[in-house]
Amino acid sequence: MSACAQDFADFALRSVGMGQFKLPAGDMTLCRQVVLIGSGMIWNLYFGALSLAIGFCLATGLALAKAGGIRWLRVPAEAFIFVFRGSPLFIQFFVAYQAFVLLPREGIEIFGATLPTAWLSRAWAGALIVLILNTAAYSAEIFYGALRNVPRGDLEAADAYGLSGWARFRRIVWPTALRLAWPAYTNEAIFLFHATTLVFFSSFPAFRQQGDALYYASYIVDKTFNPFVAYPIAAVYFILLTLCLIGIFGVFNRRLNRHLPGAAQRPRYRPNLIR
Amino acid sequence: MFATCSDPSALNGLAWLACYLTSGKHLLFYGSFGTVLLLLAVTAPLALLFGFGGAVASRSRIAPLRWFGRIYTAMVRGVPDIIFFLFVPIALDQSFEWLRSRVYCDPSVPVRQGNEFVVCQAAKLPLSTAAPWVHQSYGFTLAVIAFAIVFGAFAANVLSGAMNAVPRAQLETAEAYGMSERQLTRRVLIPQMWTYALPGLSNLWMVLIKATPLLFLLGIEDIVYWARDLGATKPANFAYPHPDWRVWYFLGLLVFYLLMTWVSQRLIDRVARRLSRGQATMAGEAIRHEVTP
Repeated sequence: MSACAQDFADFALRSVGMGQFKLPAGDMTLCRQVVLIGSGMIWNLYFGALSLAIGFCLATGLALAKAGGIRWLRVPAEAFIFVFRGSPLFIQFFVAYQAFVLLPREGIEIFGATLPTAWLSRAWAGALIVLILNTAAYSAEIFYGALRNVPRGDLEAADAYGLSGWARFRRIVWPTALRLAWPAYTNEAIFLFHATTLVFFSSFPAFRQQGDALYYASYIVDKTFNPFVAYPIAAVYFILLTLCLIGIFGVFNRRLNRHLPGAAQRPRYRPNLIR
Repeated sequence: MFATCSDPSALNGLAWLACYLTSGKHLLFYGSFGTVLLLLAVTAPLALLFGFGGAVASRSRIAPLRWFGRIYTAMVRGVPDIIFFLFVPIALDQSFEWLRSRVYCDPSVPVRQGNEFVVCQAAKLPLSTAAPWVHQSYGFTLAVIAFAIVFGAFAANVLSGAMNAVPRAQLETAEAYGMSERQLTRRVLIPQMWTYALPGLSNLWMVLIKATPLLFLLGIEDIVYWARDLGATKPANFAYPHPDWRVWYFLGLLVFYLLMTWVSQRLIDRVARRLSRGQATMAGEAIRHEVTP
């Protein structure tokens, strides 16, 4: 038990560079594997939560641009969504990484100031940017579909109340669209968190072996030649993460549906394969 | 390929590019697009079969079979597919070798010795004396099985949803005509479920297309492998020296996938139109109005 506590102290924050620097190579106890893979989950949470939050804002703008009537906004938004939804995330990571690597290492001169570029080829920034753009495209398509499905009656009621423009959007269109989009958006969030496992398998180097859960799981499998322990541990972590996500999104779902009797009681998660 | 390519250093401009793009390695690169298409062609029907089995199992009257079906359909929801892609091939490989080692080797020698997985030469799969193509197709087969298991689970989700979407009245009518459970499934449920399954299945096809570059993770020499290999910086001692061109190769792959998904979407739209003809759905009504305004 004390050995396990020691492992926890050594490796629980290993993925962010704290604790023991040298990864265990020979003796892989179960406790050690659980701690190390759990440490990697920090990166999955970081990538997932941040890209979800920023991607949500970007997706709102994109969905409005696509649904709106202004041509020079609609066409770029459609093109963006087409490119990011039509190509594999794996390839997007590769393209982005290679493009970031090609930037001059000493930075770009703009108006006399030097913009550093080296950080872009690091996973914490480069992969995050790709994930943000990717989830923004998928979410924008979901929100766009929801915006088009806002019931006509709701809009007529808003007109009757004298709401227009920004007030109508903020108080009627947006909450209704979000309510309609929420089950699909829950699904997208789950897929996004699952997609974060790709980061360290797609060119982005794990700086000082600070990787995500699957990076450590595959490291352990490489060392022990035993896939039957490490991968199931990672799988259990992700099942727990998925359950947490469903719970959190369920809370939002109840809040969005709180005016509808009956609908709020059962946050049924019907898994659709949106991606 | 061309006679003029015998001395690449003497060439420049378009002639150099033409020779460069037809070099032996590039032909292998073009061939690897075939590998991707082959994977799609083999995996799609296999996954549909797995999914069908899973969907039928999750509706079974026999409890253990039903549990199996439910777990199978639920597992891909909680666990990232990449974990399965990494786990299934190595797990299958070790299982096969373990089974063979019990037959061909001395059973008293344990297979797991510390951090090693050791089987005797005779139990190796494929045998170390086998031709390179055997090794490659063995790896490819394991990859196909991994893809089929994961996408079969996705398909089982879609198909069981579609089976539940077939209107109750249709099934009750069939029961009233005295059809047995079996007849009902074969003659009413399965023919009617496809129109409900199509949106999900077409989505799945898109997901499958976009999952094919993951073959690279399984050590297959696929398009990602060749793009990395060919695009990397080639110093002057190579026949065709060039700087780091990987970003261009990957942009090429991006365009390839965009084309694949775009063409698929066009085809799916046509099939969807076809299937909704004469159906009592909104899409079917829309077609009816077009024909008879």
